[in-house]
Amino acid sequence: MSALLSVAGVSKRFRGLLAVGNVSLDVMERDIFAIIGPNGAGKTTLFNTICGVFRPDGGTIAFAGERIDGHPPDEVCRLGIGRTFQLVRPFPGLSVLDNVIIGALLHHRSVEDARARAEEVLRRLDLFNQRHQRAASLTLPDRKRLEVARALATQPRLLLLDEVMAGLRPTEVDRMVAIMTELNRTSGLTIVLIEHVMRAVMALATRVLVLHHGAVIAQGAPAEVVRDPQVIKSYLGAEEL
Amino acid sequence: MPLSLYLNVAVGGVLTGLVYGLMALGLSVIFGVVRVVNFAHGEMMTIAMYIAVVLFAAFKLDPLVMLVPIAAVLFALGYALQAGLINPFINRPEHSQFILMVAVALIIVNVLLIAFGPDAHSVQTSYAFDSYEVGPVIIDAPKLYAAAGAVIVAALLFAFFRGTRIGQAIRACADNYTGALVVGLNVKRLYALTFGIGAACVGAAGCMLVVINDVSPAVGPAYTLLAFVIVITGGLGSLPGALLGGVLIGLTEAMAGVFFTPSAKSMFAFAILVIVLLLRPQGLLGKRA
Amino acid sequence: MTRQVDALQAKPAPLGRSRFLSTLNLANIPRRGLILLAVLLALLIAAPAFTSDYLLSILILILYFAYTGQAWNVMMGFAGQLSLGHALYVGIGAYMTAALFIHFGTPPWIGLLVSVPIAMAAGAVIGFLAFRFRVAGTYFAILTIAFAEFARIGFDHWDWVGASSGLFLPVATYTQNDLWHLRGRPIMFYYLILAMTVLAFLLCRWLLGSRLGYFWQAVREDEDAARAVGIATFRTKMAAVVISAGLTSFAGMFYAFYYNNLFGEQVFSIGRSIEIILGPLIGGVGTLFGPVLGAFLLTGLAETLTEILGLIGVDLPGAKQVFYGFCLLLVVMVMPEGVWPWVARKLGLETRQ
Ligand SMILES: Nc1ncnc2c1ncn2[C@@H]1O[C@H](COP(=O)(O)OP(=O)(O)OP(=O)(O)O)[C@@H](O)[C@H]1O
Ligand SMILES: [Mg+2]
Repeated sequence: MSALLSVAGVSKRFRGLLAVGNVSLDVMERDIFAIIGPNGAGKTTLFNTICGVFRPDGGTIAFAGERIDGHPPDEVCRLGIGRTFQLVRPFPGLSVLDNVIIGALLHHRSVEDARARAEEVLRRLDLFNQRHQRAASLTLPDRKRLEVARALATQPRLLLLDEVMAGLRPTEVDRMVAIMTELNRTSGLTIVLIEHVMRAVMALATRVLVLHHGAVIAQGAPAEVVRDPQVIKSYLGAEEL
Repeated sequence: MPLSLYLNVAVGGVLTGLVYGLMALGLSVIFGVVRVVNFAHGEMMTIAMYIAVVLFAAFKLDPLVMLVPIAAVLFALGYALQAGLINPFINRPEHSQFILMVAVALIIVNVLLIAFGPDAHSVQTSYAFDSYEVGPVIIDAPKLYAAAGAVIVAALLFAFFRGTRIGQAIRACADNYTGALVVGLNVKRLYALTFGIGAACVGAAGCMLVVINDVSPAVGPAYTLLAFVIVITGGLGSLPGALLGGVLIGLTEAMAGVFFTPSAKSMFAFAILVIVLLLRPQGLLGKRA
Repeated sequence: MTRQVDALQAKPAPLGRSRFLSTLNLANIPRRGLILLAVLLALLIAAPAFTSDYLLSILILILYFAYTGQAWNVMMGFAGQLSLGHALYVGIGAYMTAALFIHFGTPPWIGLLVSVPIAMAAGAVIGFLAFRFRVAGTYFAILTIAFAEFARIGFDHWDWVGASSGLFLPVATYTQNDLWHLRGRPIMFYYLILAMTVLAFLLCRWLLGSRLGYFWQAVREDEDAARAVGIATFRTKMAAVVISAGLTSFAGMFYAFYYNNLFGEQVFSIGRSIEIILGPLIGGVGTLFGPVLGAFLLTGLAETLTEILGLIGVDLPGAKQVFYGFCLLLVVMVMPEGVWPWVARKLGLETRQ
C-alpha cells in the first residue's frame, strides 16, 4: 500500500539557517505518526512546509498520491489535511461554536448543516458546554482542544497536531490521548503529531521520527527509537535533566 | 532656453523635496520605534507653520530663526501626545491606534480652521524674491535656505541616533521591544521621547516649508498623505530612505507641474506610491520584512 | 444568529414561524429587541408627519450616514479590511448617475446599472492589487486613500462631468414627487433613504449569518488561521470589497439627486471618507446596529450643537468636526468596541456579533 503522506528529501532554509534538511518520511493511512526532537529542531517548520505555509527549497511532498508542495495552505486543507498551530490561533472574538462552524463550512454549503456538524465535533471534544463562550476567554488547554475541533470539523483525512498536549495536566493528557485513539479507530483518521510529552507519544504513536538540527536522526517503532543511543544523547537525555 | 527652465524647476523640486524629506523623517522615526502610524503628522506640521506665521506677523521673527523654539514646542506636544494619549494604547490592535490618530488629526485641522479661518496665510520674508545664479540655473533663496536647514536638522538627527546614549537606547527599543524591557529600559518614556523627536522634526520642517509655501488648515491632511507616500516610497523605518523619497517626490511633483498642470501634481506622487507598494513593498531603501 | 448567550438561546424558535422571518434571520433576535426595532421603524415612518423641514433634513443626513456606515462596515467590520477611501465609491455612484441623467436624461435607476458595476470594478481593482501584492493593514488603508485621491484629481479635470466648476442637476420647485427620475420634495428622499437603510440592514444581517459572512469573520479574526481551515482568503476579501463598494455607490445616487450639485474636490475628499466611517466606529464596528446607532448619536448631537451655537449667535465652520474628533477620541479610549455593545448589554439584548 502506498503512503497517504509522503515527504521526500524536503529542505527549508531561513536565510542562512537550514531549519529542515533533506527530511523524508512516509505516513501510512490510519497511522499515528509522532515527530519528536529538541526545541528548534525544525518540527514546526516541517509542518508548515507540508501545510503550504512555506514552499520547500528542495524535495517533494505528496498527499494521497498527489504533489502538494508549493500549494497554498487553503488548498492543502481542502485536499484533506487539517492542522493546529503550536501557538494556538483560534478566532479570538468569535464563540467556540462559530470557530468550529467555520471549519465545518468547508464541506457544508448550508450554515445549518455546518452547525450540526460543529456541535457533534464539540461534543466529542468535551467543549459543547462552552460553545457560546468567546474563544479568547477559554483556558489554554481548552483553546488547544478548540483548535483540534476546528481542524476536525474540516473533515480531514490527515490531521497534523503541533504540541497539543503541552501545558496539559496528566489527566487532561490521558483524556486527549483517548480522544485521539478513538478518532483514529472509529473514523480511520491518520494523525501526525509533534509532541514533547513522551507519555502521550508512547501511548499513541505507531511510528516515531526524531528530528535534530533539521535532520532525521532516527525513525521506527516507539520502543526501538527510545532505546537508540543517539536519540538518548541528543534529546531524551537532555529532557531528563 | 526651455532646458534651463526645466533645470530650474528640477532644482527647485529637489530643494523642496529635502524639506519634504525632513517631514517624512519625523514620521519614519515615529513609526520605526513606536510603531504608531501617525495619521496626524501633516496636521502637526501645520501647527508649526501657523506658529511661525503668527510670530512673523506679530514680531517679524523669521521662521528659519524661530526653528529651534518652534521645534521645541512641537517636541513638547509630541511628548505629551504619546505619554498621555497613545502609551495606554500600546497593546491595542494597530487599527485602533490609527483611529486614535485620525481623531487627533480631525481635531487639529478644525481647531486651526476655527482659529485662523479657511484662507491661506504666508510669510513674506525679506529674501522671498532673492535668487542665486549658478551657471545656467537660477535658485530661489528661500528654497535654498530651507533645504539647507532641512539637511542640517537631518544630519543632527542621524548624529543623535548614532552618537548619544539615548539615541542608541531608542534604536535598541526599535529593534526589540521585549528585549528593551528586559534590560530595564523605560520603554514608555523612550516612546514619548521618540514621538517628541519625530514631532520636533516635523516642526522644523514646518518652519522651513512656511518660507516656501502657503499654509491653510486644509493642507494638513494633504501633507500627512504626502509624508506617507514619501516614507513608503523610501522604506518605512529607513531614515536615508525618507530623505531620498522626499527628494524623489519633490522632483516628481515639480516636473508634473511643468509638463501637466500643477493642480494634478499630487496624482503623480500617488502613482509612485501605488507602483512602489506593488513592486517593492519594503520601499526603495527598506529592508525586506 | 448563533452569537447569543445561553439564556437567550435556550428556547428554540418555534416551528412554523414564517419562512420570511427565518431567512432574514430575525427569528433569533430576542423578543424585546424585535419590539424595539418595530417601534423605532414605526417612529421613523411616521416622523415626516410631525417634524419640520429642518428636522427632516437632519433625519435624512442621519439615515444617509447609517446607510453608508453599514456599507463600509461590510468591509471593515465583517472582513477586517480598513478602507479610508470610501468616498471613492460614493463619488463614482454620484457622478455616473448624475452625468447620465444630465447628458442623456437617463433615469437614475437605469443609471445605477452603469454606476454600481463601475464602483464594484473600482473596488475589485483596488482589492486585486492590494491582496495579490499583500498590501495589508495600514498600507492597505493608505492605498484606498490614494485611489480616492486619484479620483478626486481626475474628476476635477474631467470636462464631461463639469471638471472643477462642478456638475449641477436641473432643479425646479416640485409639487409632485417623481420617484422614477428622483425629482421631488424632501419627503420623497426621506422615504427613499429610509427604505435603503432598512434594506441594507437586512441584507447585512443576512450576509453576516451566511457562509460568506462566516468566512469574512474568520479572515478578520486571523487570516492565517482562516487559510488553515481551507478558506480561499483572496476571494473572500474580494467579495467584501466588491459588495461594500457596490452598496456604497448606491448611496452616491442618493447624494447626487438629493443635493443636486457635485464638486470632485469635495465629493472624493478624505474628509468625506472619514465622515462615513465615524458612525460605525462610534456605534460599534462589526455590529449591525452600530452604524445606525452611531449615525444617530453623532449627527444628532452634532446638529444639536450647531443649533445651540447658532442660538447664541456663533457660527464656527469647524466646530462640528472638532466635536466629531472628541467623540471619536472618547469612544476609542473608553468603549473601544463602540457604544452599541454597551447599550445592548444594558438593554439585555446580548447579541455578540
Ligand atoms: N519564520 C521563520 N523565520 C526565520 N527563522 C525561523 C522561522 N521559523 C522558524 N525559524 C527557525 O528555524 C528553526 C526551527 O524552528 P521550528 O519552530 O521549526 O522548531 P521546532 O522544532 O518546532 O521547535 P519547538 O520544539 O521549540 O517548537 C529555529 O532555529 C527557528 O528559530
Ligand atoms: Mg515547534
